[in-house]
Parts: sequence; C-alpha cells; structure tokens
Amino acid sequence: MQTYLNTFLALVLLLNLLALGTSRLPTVIRLVTLQGGLIGLLPLLIHSPWRPESVVLAIATLLTKGILIPSILIKALREVQIRREIEPLIGILPSMLLGALGTGLALLFASLLPLIPGQANSLLVPASLATVLTGCIFLTSRMKAVSQVVGYLILENGIFIFGLLMLEAMPFMVEMGLLLDLVVCIFVSGIILNHIKDTFDSLDTRLLTALKEDTSWPQK
Amino acid sequence: MAPEIILLVFPLMLAVLSWVIPSNRFRSYLLPLGGVVHLSLSLHGFIYPAATPLTPYLGLDAPARLVLPGVSLLFFLCSIYAVGYLKEHSQRSNRGFCSSMLAFLSMMSLVAYARHLGLMWVAIEATTLTTAPLIYFNYNPKSIEATWKYLLICSVGIALALLGTFFLAYATMGQETETSLFMSDLLKNAPHLSKPWLHAAFILLLVGYGTKMGLAPMHTWKPDAYGEASGLVGALLAGGLTQCAFLAIFRIYWICKAAGEGLYAGRFLILMGLVSMAMAAVFIIHQRDFKRMLAYSSVEHMGILSLGLGLGGISTYGSLLHLMNNGLTKGLLFLAAGNITHAYGGKTLENVRGAIRRLPLSGTLFLLGFIAITGSPPFGPFISEFLILNGAFHRGYLWVGGLYLLFLLVVFMGMGSTVLGVVQGKSMKSTGGNSPSYRESLWTGIPLVFLILLILLLGLYIPNTLNTRIMEAAHCLEQTYD
Repeated sequence: MQTYLNTFLALVLLLNLLALGTSRLPTVIRLVTLQGGLIGLLPLLIHSPWRPESVVLAIATLLTKGILIPSILIKALREVQIRREIEPLIGILPSMLLGALGTGLALLFASLLPLIPGQANSLLVPASLATVLTGCIFLTSRMKAVSQVVGYLILENGIFIFGLLMLEAMPFMVEMGLLLDLVVCIFVSGIILNHIKDTFDSLDTRLLTALKEDTSWPQK
Repeated sequence: MAPEIILLVFPLMLAVLSWVIPSNRFRSYLLPLGGVVHLSLSLHGFIYPAATPLTPYLGLDAPARLVLPGVSLLFFLCSIYAVGYLKEHSQRSNRGFCSSMLAFLSMMSLVAYARHLGLMWVAIEATTLTTAPLIYFNYNPKSIEATWKYLLICSVGIALALLGTFFLAYATMGQETETSLFMSDLLKNAPHLSKPWLHAAFILLLVGYGTKMGLAPMHTWKPDAYGEASGLVGALLAGGLTQCAFLAIFRIYWICKAAGEGLYAGRFLILMGLVSMAMAAVFIIHQRDFKRMLAYSSVEHMGILSLGLGLGGISTYGSLLHLMNNGLTKGLLFLAAGNITHAYGGKTLENVRGAIRRLPLSGTLFLLGFIAITGSPPFGPFISEFLILNGAFHRGYLWVGGLYLLFLLVVFMGMGSTVLGVVQGKSMKSTGGNSPSYRESLWTGIPLVFLILLILLLGLYIPNTLNTRIMEAAHCLEQTYD
C-alpha cells in the first residue's frame, strides 16, 4: 500500500508543476480535476481493509473535487469566453521553477517534523506542504478570477492530503475540510458568474483595482 | 431549554423567519428583537456564570465570558441603528441583509461557545460566509471588488487555520493520551505535545486567524471591505468579528503557554503587533477617505491587542480591557461615519466638510470617538492603552514600549488631520448626496449616544463584575509553567 500511496503522491506533485506550467485555463482546470480525483482515491490507499469512513470520504471527495467543482468552473469559463491567463504577475517558467523550489523546501521542512511510528516513511507531509505552496504561488501570481479559484483548490488539496494522516484518529475533522469546497462553489456561482461578469464584462481581477490607496493630499 | 441553547438558536430561527416573511418594513424589527434577547441572556451569563459547561462541545471559558457580552452589546446597539438605516434604504429588499446579520450573530456566539477547536473553526468560517452578503449590500462594482477580496483573502486564511488545526491535532498523536481537539484535553496534555508540530501549528493558526482579525501583513482586505460596506456593517466587523478572531488567537496562545512555549509564541504576537501598528501608521497619514482611515485604525488596534497579549502580565489585562473598549469605540466611529456618509453622499475629504454644522450629533460624536480611540483621557481606551504601555516598561521591553508610543503618536496626528478636515469648516453643499436634508433619526442617533456614554463610563469606572471577569481571563494565561 505504501508504495502505491507514494506513487500517487508523486503524481500529485507532478500535476502541481504541470498546472504551474500552463497558461491555458481549460487545461489548468483539467489538471486540477485530475489532481482532485487522485487525492479522492488516497483514503482508500491508507488502510488495506477499507474502513467505512475512508470509503465515505473517498466518495464525497470524488463527487465534489472530481465532478461538481470542475463542472461549475467549466461553465464559468464558457460563459465568459476566456481561454488563457495572459500576463501573469510571475511568468510561466519562473513560477514553475518557484514551484520546484517550493517542493524541495517542503521536503526539507517536512524532515524537521517528527512523524509517529508507522507513518514514518510516507510522503504525505512533504506532498501536502508542497501542494499548499503551489496553491499560494497560484493565488498570488495569477490574475484571472478563475485562476485564483484554481489556486485555492490546489491549496485545499494540499490540506486534504495532510488530513489523511489523521483519518484514523479523527475522521470528522478531515471531512470538515470539504466545507472549504462549499466556499469555492459560492465564490464561483455567487460572485464570478452572476456579478463580476455583469459589472466588469471580464473575469480579470486586475480590473478590480478601483480600491487602491490614493494618498495625495487635496488642495484646499 | 438551557439559556445557552436559546442564545445560539434564537438568532438562527429569526434569520429563517426574516427570510420567509414578505414585509420589508416589518422584517427589520426582527433585528432589535434578536439583539435584545441575545443581550439579556448573555448579560445574565456574564453576571451569573454557569459553573459547568453545557456539553463537551459547548460552554464558555474565561475569555469567552468576556467577549460574548461585548459582542452582544455592540450587536444590540447596531440592530437599533439598523432599523433606521434600512428605513432609509427601503427601496431595496433587505431580506438577505437581515437574515445574514442574524445568522452572523449566532455564528459569533458559536465561536465564543465552542470548546472544540474544530467546531470553532467551522464557526469562524461561517462568520466569513454570513458577512459577505452584508459587505455586498450596495451592489456596485466597488462593493463586488471588496467582497471578492474579502472572501478570497479570508478563505485562504481560514484554510491555513484548518491546516494549523490539523498540525495541532497531530501534535497530540503518538502520546499515551487520546488524540483530541477539545480545549480542556489540549490544556491538560499541553506539556506532552510534540514541540515541532506545536510551533508550526501556532504559526499557521496565527497567520490564519490573524487574517480574519486583520493583523498586518494579512490586513489587505480590511480597508476595502470596511471602506465599501455601510457604516453599520463596518461597526459589526470592526467591533464584533475581530473580537471573535482575537478569542481564537487567545485560545491558541493559551495552549502554547500551557505547553511552556509562551516565550516562543509571545515573541510572534509582539512582532505582529508592532508590524500592524507600523503599517497602520504609514497608511493612515494623508488618508482622504475617512472610512478607510477607520479601517487602518482597526488594523492598528488589532496590533495593540496582539502586542498586549504577547507582553503578558499587566498588559494582558490591558489587552482584554482594550478588546471591549476598542469594540465599542469602533462601533461608535463607524456608525457616526455611516451617518455622515449618508448625509453627504461621499466618504472623502473632497465631498465632506463641516460635518459638525451639517450633523451636530454625528459630527460631534465622530470627533469624540476619534479623541477616545487615540487614547486620550477620560475615555476607556486611554486606560487600556496605558496599561499595555505600563506592562511593556514593567517587563523591560523598553524598545517595544518606545515604538508603541511612537506609532500611537503618528496615528494620532494622521487621524487627527483627516478627522478635523471632516468635522470642521463650513458645511459644503452635498454633492449628489441622496438626501440633502438628511438628519439622524431617533434610530440612528440614540445608539451613538449610548456608545459614547459607555466608553466614558469605562474610562472613569470599571464595574466590579467586569474587573473580575477580566482578571479570570488574564489569570488563565498565568497559571502555567513558564
């Protein structure tokens, strides 16, 4: 089981870098869907006789991360006719390198955190931290509203991976992480689809810059 | 039924009711109804605290006993104001607004009542979701932008807080005791927690809940959200929600203290506090938009709270007293700013001059609120800010105390020039204001008078019960190992 688990986690890490390395939004959404599907299967790989709580979690995750959220995102994309992330704040190649660097740092940092016996040789902690970092890079460097939602999804996936370490001890805490998905649905359906588009005719959050600091003093 | 359950469920029931009933006018009266029931129950609990918690999941700990009545009092006064506010905006449906506001009250109480860190996390997440429609109430591009930023930044914060909660749970694993996120278990087993995991958990939780509280450098949503939301919503966020986020950070710090890691955690609290104050001082100078100015003032005071908590000793007492003072004073300032904005149809110095002549009550109270919040006697914040300073020098943090004074001074000057610009001078004709003949009604005037009287009272005399509750809360940080 441990080998399968680590193979899956390596794939998740690879998907992080691929997602950072593309500017086509449909592709990014597909990659994140795949990642969501992969981590949805992870609870089944943790324990060899399946437990009811891991099966429930796997099904719920596959449904939300694999089907529900991607379909909302694709709908959003179709409505607004955007295909590419143009001019991200950090270029595609640098952000990929940054992601690779982050993965390295996550491996280093994870070695400082002592794991309890029985989980010692799993990649769960470094994979989780690296995915969280990737999400943060996405959130800060991409400007399209859809890209930022994707970044948030990746961040969430990272947190989910860490939760698997505690699946046995407190399964409901891990399930609580799915509440974050609820937020995403509200983001997308509530704000992006209904309002940003009507008001700004675009899904570029850079247009949301009316509220900037203007500190020149008025002439009396 | 236990009063605690009514306190949590009654606002929720009213929220559902206000979603169902069709009358716009009648609906707004549900807000003071929820407010007065909540206030009377929480004041009862404040004076006669329950000896045993209600369930393993629900019950008030010492700091929550202090936070809950503060939040409740502010909500009650805001709910009276809300009736007047919604009357002036009666052309729009207030269904979502009233429901969200009542649900928000219930979720804030749940944060106070939660004895399990997972439950507390859910409650704080729910406060984010229930306040987003409130910020968005103005339905214009600027308010969408503010809501988007608020949701995105706070959700990232709340996600990191969840990771931190996981880390904390992992720190309890591998011990002889059972893995648990109940506050009571965590405090009891604190000395056995795995130190590296506890350290990492504290950082993540501080960043996560600090985002919600508005500590720099995660404060960037604050000026936009407070600037674009109505004064009423600003008052609830700056006075109420921040207290809940502070409570979350207080509890995490409490665990660190019990684990003997108070010095490690305290250093971060002091650092974040000073950075927040510095950031606020920089941006508050030459701020022409007086609602954004209030937002930066809120960042400053979150810094003061965090600093006081980190310093310990008498500063902890100061910090807890300041929590209440800041909540009430921010409430007053935002509500007064709301009235001024409504009268002039703008919130910058280009549009607003001579508010004292145009609106004698709100203008005067805005000026008095400014004098209070910057720490001038005889108002409440003077006492609490002075106690924090006292603690800094007493504990030998001379540099910290010096910087604290410097930032307070800079903020005083920066805020002063904007506030004086707003209240002084000849009253300009309102430029495109929605109601040139606007005057405060009883609904929108009386709560302000009550707030200033309370702030004055806290400056002159601290009631015995309040003193006892603050001592109890401060004491729980001291009864530990370091």
